[in-house]
Amino acid sequence: MNIGFSAADEQFRQQVAQWMQKHLTGEFAVLRFRGGPGDEDFAPELRKRWEQVLAQGKWVGAGWAIEQGGRGLSINQQVIFFEEYARAGGPGRMGHIGEGLVGPTIAAFGTPEQQQRFLPPILSGQDFWCQGYSEPGAGSDLANIKTRANFDEAGEQWLISGQKVWTSLAHESDWCFVLARTEPGSVGHRGLSFLLVKMDQPGIRVQPIQQLTGTCEFNEVFFDQARTSAHNMIGQPGDGWKIAMALLGFERGVSTLGQQMQFQNELDEVVRIAKTNGAAQDPVMRQRIAQAWSGLRVLRYNSLRMLSGVQDGSLRPEATIYKLAWSTWHVELGKLAMDVLGPEAELLAGAPYELTRLQALFLFTRADTLYGGSNEIQRNIIAERALGMPREPR
Amino acid sequence: MELALTDEQRMIQASAERFLTQVASSSAVRTAMSSERGYDTQTWRQIAKELYWPALAIPEAYGGLGLGFVEVCLLQEQLGRCLLPTPFFATCCLATPALLLSSNESLKERWLPLIAAGEISASVAYTSAPRWDDSGVQVYAQSHEGGYRLNGEYRYVIDGADCDLLIIAARTPGSIGEAGIRLFALPADTPGLLRQPQATLDQTRRLATITLNNVAVNDEHLLSEPGQGWPMLRDVLHIACIGLAGEQTGGAQQSLDITLKYIGEREQFGRRIASFQAIKHRCADLMLAIECSRSASYYAACIADQCLNIDGDPSTRQQLGEAAATAKIFASEGFFQCAAESIQLHGGVGFTWEYDPHLYFKRARASEQMLGTPAFHREQLAKQIFGERT
Repeated sequence: MNIGFSAADEQFRQQVAQWMQKHLTGEFAVLRFRGGPGDEDFAPELRKRWEQVLAQGKWVGAGWAIEQGGRGLSINQQVIFFEEYARAGGPGRMGHIGEGLVGPTIAAFGTPEQQQRFLPPILSGQDFWCQGYSEPGAGSDLANIKTRANFDEAGEQWLISGQKVWTSLAHESDWCFVLARTEPGSVGHRGLSFLLVKMDQPGIRVQPIQQLTGTCEFNEVFFDQARTSAHNMIGQPGDGWKIAMALLGFERGVSTLGQQMQFQNELDEVVRIAKTNGAAQDPVMRQRIAQAWSGLRVLRYNSLRMLSGVQDGSLRPEATIYKLAWSTWHVELGKLAMDVLGPEAELLAGAPYELTRLQALFLFTRADTLYGGSNEIQRNIIAERALGMPREPR
Repeated sequence: MELALTDEQRMIQASAERFLTQVASSSAVRTAMSSERGYDTQTWRQIAKELYWPALAIPEAYGGLGLGFVEVCLLQEQLGRCLLPTPFFATCCLATPALLLSSNESLKERWLPLIAAGEISASVAYTSAPRWDDSGVQVYAQSHEGGYRLNGEYRYVIDGADCDLLIIAARTPGSIGEAGIRLFALPADTPGLLRQPQATLDQTRRLATITLNNVAVNDEHLLSEPGQGWPMLRDVLHIACIGLAGEQTGGAQQSLDITLKYIGEREQFGRRIASFQAIKHRCADLMLAIECSRSASYYAACIADQCLNIDGDPSTRQQLGEAAATAKIFASEGFFQCAAESIQLHGGVGFTWEYDPHLYFKRARASEQMLGTPAFHREQLAKQIFGERT
């Protein structure tokens, strides 16, 4: 075991920090520390242009293999990139779903033609993606998908009808990957397929969902005979579940280290307030702040262990704890922030319902324990896959 | 950066596990804990003289194997799993680090080879108060004819009644806080040094009360440089916290493992109780606690390793306090949670003397207190977070 970075890696860290310092300025300065979870609707157009600046710096797909157009960074260097990006206040990534989820999925399961068609516009910051998994009747029970895709022989295309929900940034996206039932009458995870669908077409309607924060980052997406070419299916008909699950596996990667740097920024603000308003003298608050501080370090150590074990991209059983660990920690930070603020926590930044950063944190963390598999589902996964306990009926 | 075990470390871990499976069954542990000395001397002999565990982290120049503290923590984890009583923790996580951090070459040359050879066990005595910081140092070193006379009493000295070497903290009369502290290394049979074993709630680890009546020592016994007594003792305690965190991680893991085995067999309402979601979710929370404990203790072990290594990275050394506190907090609370849940999930039999959960529960409680409670360590971190001391 070795917790230091090599001299070459430290040099790389300097390089990233300098690049960020040079480029996150001018018109992009307003993006610093913005656009993260709970703030995803902030300045989408400007953030798309920022993605293109990142792309020009070859930072989009920095962890992808060189033959896929990426930079081929080592795990350590990816860790460093995400840390320095977040430390510099790099904004929430509009391109995350393309770069982090669908890109690696197409690289792993797509045909050479599909890779040629879809990967370059992700790497250049041109195409933005959203995710079409959850439905009103398919949340924790994701396999209960009702959205149908029928093959139109004449047009050599799929016709998609149904409804997706909790789709982040759907109104800002060019493409959506859709998990749809292509085998009529099938149930559960059989008969599903993985389709890439252009958003700008008559058969698709996007309707924002107002959240308890008052803002709208999630959407409902209605498909009414929406079309996509036969060439836009990843894998074969019926492979959808396997590919959908593989995609979720790409989600727990090195970007977790960047997420933690964001958490550190939030915690720093809580500490700063505690120092100025006297909470830092309260023994109970001191205990809770120290607990949050050490808990964040443990999240980092968990991630470093998780990434150190990755040789072939497959995560070990210990990795199943990750979502439960960070979401539980973050919810507590949100509560702590309010308690440190005291009565001040009640006062909004403005009417009618403009939240301060920490109010947004407090409210939005209630989504952390839900999306991407609720904490209850995470506990099932840990118990069954890591501890080998009997499975729930499915 | 690679926070994963090397092949060699994995081998050490696996061979320790194999050995302990043979010698540290539940009945062997119970026999040892009820014996007069509190541990099985034959097994300790094997550990110390045939497996060379105490030699692991001692440099070759002092007769050791020249490996590091990460390896010590891996052994601690395995010892924690089976609760085998041995003087390993006191000798290798308290006394050996104190000797390694000392610049008194003649003391190092005298004692380290004996520890490495498995000839002696050792411990550190430094507190008379229910606190685990400088205020606990209440033995006084009065200057006397070119040397010192030590007077006072220490409690809670781990394996203190049976060890051969004692490292004793003492302060200059009239001094308070971090000032005036010195560390002395002296044979446990030094005249005037009385050792009284205490019956303990956790029977798997013995504590002693040590009384010093005009114990004559001089600079030859002095481990610490002038003015460096407290910084040295503080580093030793931090390193010991990290070793203890490794042990607590092992205890937590075993608490969960024996529970999973039991609930995988126990049937009620016509089904294995492990199939109830109410139980699965609690076990998932235990695994979360254990992995956090393990991550924190592995990371901290790497830092301790740098601190004990002459060529260690200075910036890494500065993280010792925070890494030790973090490991001790998560390992203490994780172990206690796992051990308490183990009793609950075993149901009625978990409350019996015959089943093992109570042994882990008692060890968890003792270890949570030892070297500072989680609340104590959080307060230390709070001071750092708010910049109240450097």
